[in-house]
Amino acid sequence: MSIAARSAPVLFSTRLQPWTGLKSSANNVSLRFKYQSTNPPPAKYGGRHTVTLIPGDGIGPELLNHVRELFRFCCVPVDFEVVRVDSSASSEDDINNAVTAIKRNGVALKGNIETNHNLPPSHNPGTICFDLYANVMHCQSLPGVPTRHKDIDVIIIRENTEGEYSSLEHENVPGVVESLKIITRVNSLRIAEYAFNLAREKGRRKVTAVHKANIMKLGDGLFLQCCKEVAAGYPDITFDKMIVDNTTMQLVSKPQQFDVMVMPNLYGNVVSNVCAGLVGGPGLVPGVNYGKDYAVFETATRNTGKNIANKNIANPTATLLASCLMLDHLKLRAYAKMIRKAVLKTLSETQLQTADLGGQGTTSEVAHSIMQEIQRGGPRTSEQI
Amino acid sequence: MMATLTKAFKPILGRQLGNTAKVFGAAVNSQRGKPTYPPPAKYGGRHTVTLIPGDGIGPELLNHVRELFRFSCVPVDFEVVHVNSASTSEDDINNAIMAIRRNGVALKGNVETNHTMPPNHKSRNNLLRTSLDLYANMMHCQSLPGVQTRHKNIDIIIIRENTEGEYSSLEHESVSGVVESLKIITRNNSLRIADYAFRLARDKGRRRVTAVHKANIMKLGDGLFLQCCKEVASGYPDIEFDSMIVDNTTMQLVSKPHQFDVMVMPNLYGNVVSNVCAGLVGGPGLVPGANYGRDYAVFETATRNTGKSISNRNIANPTAMLLASCLMLDHLKLHDYANMIRGAILTTMNETRVILTYN
Repeated sequence: MSIAARSAPVLFSTRLQPWTGLKSSANNVSLRFKYQSTNPPPAKYGGRHTVTLIPGDGIGPELLNHVRELFRFCCVPVDFEVVRVDSSASSEDDINNAVTAIKRNGVALKGNIETNHNLPPSHNPGTICFDLYANVMHCQSLPGVPTRHKDIDVIIIRENTEGEYSSLEHENVPGVVESLKIITRVNSLRIAEYAFNLAREKGRRKVTAVHKANIMKLGDGLFLQCCKEVAAGYPDITFDKMIVDNTTMQLVSKPQQFDVMVMPNLYGNVVSNVCAGLVGGPGLVPGVNYGKDYAVFETATRNTGKNIANKNIANPTATLLASCLMLDHLKLRAYAKMIRKAVLKTLSETQLQTADLGGQGTTSEVAHSIMQEIQRGGPRTSEQI
Repeated sequence: MMATLTKAFKPILGRQLGNTAKVFGAAVNSQRGKPTYPPPAKYGGRHTVTLIPGDGIGPELLNHVRELFRFSCVPVDFEVVHVNSASTSEDDINNAIMAIRRNGVALKGNVETNHTMPPNHKSRNNLLRTSLDLYANMMHCQSLPGVQTRHKNIDIIIIRENTEGEYSSLEHESVSGVVESLKIITRNNSLRIADYAFRLARDKGRRRVTAVHKANIMKLGDGLFLQCCKEVASGYPDIEFDSMIVDNTTMQLVSKPHQFDVMVMPNLYGNVVSNVCAGLVGGPGLVPGANYGRDYAVFETATRNTGKSISNRNIANPTAMLLASCLMLDHLKLHDYANMIRGAILTTMNETRVILTYN
């Protein structure tokens, strides 16, 4: 009887007890610390970090070349290990190589890899291998960019591993396809915890959960319930919820009402693209995929940009800001600040803006101007340009 | 009618006709041309239309519609059917469905779906759409004169599959803590909605149809939808067809909405995209929507808001509901009345000093 009584709380805590974030058992203390980024020690030798670089397709390779040149110019102590992943190869070896490289280095910077629609559906090992469960996108109105809405500052946190992107589909009866959308309690709690933690760290006041629980009662209902449970542990942050269709409509008319938004995978995709459109387009916003041990940096809207590849007209801002986020992650904050300042200064000079912002500048002109700006800023450069 | 026909032909043609009729009634209609609606509920020159007040701002706006019709001497009588969103029995909604079957046409406000009810309590609006097989939701987004918006001169028709996709309400929790929601895409329904879209584009003289999908992730599901659209597109060589992934679509809508003409898509993307477009032209109070089936048509506001927070305060925008009633009059072939009411609405909206409702 006493043994049962002693073991009952353990059983109870693992299965039935709602999430509070303040439990005293050893299990949950370590869980709490997990979200306070105790990443494994970075791949650093002789003071230089090694980062995996995946060029991808389309505009990825040329933009990442610009990043490399810029880093070399500014003497940033980062070495890139380039891993090519070919979208046309049908074997999984390339992807496995990339996976091993990221596991080794812990951090990666990538361009988007195109998905061929005609290939048979295969499991996407990218985000799932590393459990990069949170995709964070910070949408800010940047100075100098002409947009219809001003003063937008929204952080979008999107669950990155499950939801509609489970790639589980089958055709039991010919002509009828069933796609499975998976929502789990564990992942929903995890992403909600991440969102509230981030909101607290950045001093944000409100977290909005975006859902469609009036139709998908069990699925999004579970997501919403998990968010509510986590919200109870953060009384200083307001929590509210909004249905996804109303959200997109509000975003288009009054985007300034949103602060931090958390949502499952597909809505995250749509909402982040709407926000990217509101602040000026896909060429301006960087995105990050965080996992417990790994971080992968890329552009937020994951475009391959095939039709503007190699034409020197792509906007490098998103990729450069993504590399600044990476430098922040590696704790090289001084370099990050320097590059970010230069990028934003160049962006506000309208004659240098690229075609997607309505200007006539080329990618190389923009990159050149950024390097000039950095040189003007101080003696941290490697050579005269 | 189809059932009696198949019963008559069964002994003659054997099982074949019966099976195809069972699988997909409209497929037996081999021309697949314009839907042949049953004769309207018209007696003595006056039409009867089912009216479902719904919740929130629905009842007060529909009262305004009735007053307006009475004032303009429109030959339409309304048969009011109340649907109580709080009750768990399905009798209310079944009565409403029967009334619509009888009359063929309905005008409705949104019936609220309470999230806290158990999952077997299906959304009333959804039940209505699937029972009556209202497979096409059409929303015409136009920039209206006199309304302040950031984008001008938008003119997009959005056609959204209304019965399947993510709204199948099929969910289960096989393992505790893991929920699976099924998203169903069928070949028949995809062909049907694509056909509707292209026919509408042709009727209205539109140049281009864009299919919105996410086939890079949902390869089988949205891949099937896309393939059906392509097949139908090959039968309409005068209309251009292209496809766009939903995230790119929403981004383009927000920056350059003028590039879109007619858009066709499955259920969930249709929900999101139509709300984005409604936001672009001025908000949920301005755009009417229509749900068409083979035999029935139900008219409502495009964004299906209940507007609980502004109900009974006399501040809701009646434009969407009034324009929906004009669409209904067009459907009933009372074009004169429709044009008269529509003209009056647009003139009133132009006078921005007078009309400045809450949104």
